[in-house]
Amino acid sequence: MKKSLKARNNDIANTSKQLEILSNGIFANGELPTFAEKIKETNQFPLRPKKLEILQINLGYMCNQVCEHCHVDAGPDRKEIMTKETMQQCLNIIKKTAAHTLDLTGGAPEMNPNFRWFVEEAAKAGIKDFIVRSNLTIIRANKKYYDLPAFFKKHNVHVVSSMPHWTRGKTDKQRGDGVFDKSIKALQELNAVGYGMPNSNLKLDLVYNPSGAFLPGDQKALENDFKKALLADFSINFHQLFAITNLPISRFLDYLIASDNYEDYMHSLLDAYNPAAVANVMCTNTISISWDGWLYDCDFNQMLNLKVASKVKHVADYNEELLQNRNIIINQHCYGCTAGAGSSCQGVVA
Amino acid sequence: MSKNYYDAADLRKFGKITEWSEELGSKFFDYYGKVFEEGALTAREKSLIALAVAHTEQCPYCIDAYTKDGLQRGVTKEEMMEAIHVGAAIKSGATLVHGVQMMNKVNKLEM
Repeated sequence: MKKSLKARNNDIANTSKQLEILSNGIFANGELPTFAEKIKETNQFPLRPKKLEILQINLGYMCNQVCEHCHVDAGPDRKEIMTKETMQQCLNIIKKTAAHTLDLTGGAPEMNPNFRWFVEEAAKAGIKDFIVRSNLTIIRANKKYYDLPAFFKKHNVHVVSSMPHWTRGKTDKQRGDGVFDKSIKALQELNAVGYGMPNSNLKLDLVYNPSGAFLPGDQKALENDFKKALLADFSINFHQLFAITNLPISRFLDYLIASDNYEDYMHSLLDAYNPAAVANVMCTNTISISWDGWLYDCDFNQMLNLKVASKVKHVADYNEELLQNRNIIINQHCYGCTAGAGSSCQGVVA
Repeated sequence: MSKNYYDAADLRKFGKITEWSEELGSKFFDYYGKVFEEGALTAREKSLIALAVAHTEQCPYCIDAYTKDGLQRGVTKEEMMEAIHVGAAIKSGATLVHGVQMMNKVNKLEM
């Protein structure tokens, strides 16, 4: 099994090293404008939050997969896991906030030993859209997870699952050998309890992100291709496909540099820069909470250890009014969310 | 210092050809954009045709561009290679079919 950058003591595991790469080179020598300079052109600097709609909670970096592109640098060797005490602090926020979406992510969030307790408690709080980001293979990883589809159904969880391609080769190359077959089996099991079926209220969406140094194509066209192939080959149904651009941080940044694609990729993001996407980037309506309770503008800033620019920085001191008064922290990785039709955890934004 | 006729970074400058002839350059890009819109053929099918032609035309810029474009559209490497073989078959067929002209000429000239 491959290891995380952290377990390999790779330089890139250090967030200050990543920020140094993103701030120097082509952005320091004037070849490309920084993200701040770019959004100043359309008077969108500083980037400010709008109404809070989504609370994204990272339950830990532990994962049963070690995907090539993972911006979390997750894997079986990562031991960071949210404690029950921090979960309780999150529940206090969920009960108070007017945000309509709760988005649980990881790692594999299901691997947190208190995952089920947290889902049960959070489900009682009356959130409109309750998302769990599942890598699918966790459902087939161990007997103790086999009943997850039924558990999700019981709490009407909206399942959002990673699936990089409808072919085995591309999927396994990005996510590891055997991932495709296990993912197909897991999708079939989710379908069997009603998830993803055409008229079902049990929402099953897929997340596509490119398996290399290129941007995602049109989300609707990809969704049609995925639907056609998965139905024809495996009788699998799902609702929507979210196309997400890989951001140049963590393992994907390491890959870009090692494959000599970093500068070309940043040029591609710049060439596809869409000022209309800036207004709707996910950090404007989301707060991201890390496994240890720190607050971030988005999951990517979390992985770069860029905490919110606010007096309130931790769930223990959560104050939505104060948080709404902050400026969002940006850097060159933000070009990933503003390329083409834009990119967010909920797919395109423009 | 090595010098090449082709530089991959030049592809990014393609749009600048309008600077020395704005009207013709713009007309070309308008036409080009229209050709690749979704029509009776899907944009995906057009991308594969473009990739095959890029090879028969032996344009390295076009090969780079339509390989990346195909990947973005979820095209597999097997589909890409098949498209190139279609181009190669037509290219070699086009060479070979001229053999008939050669045969005609031989038949006409020889006793």
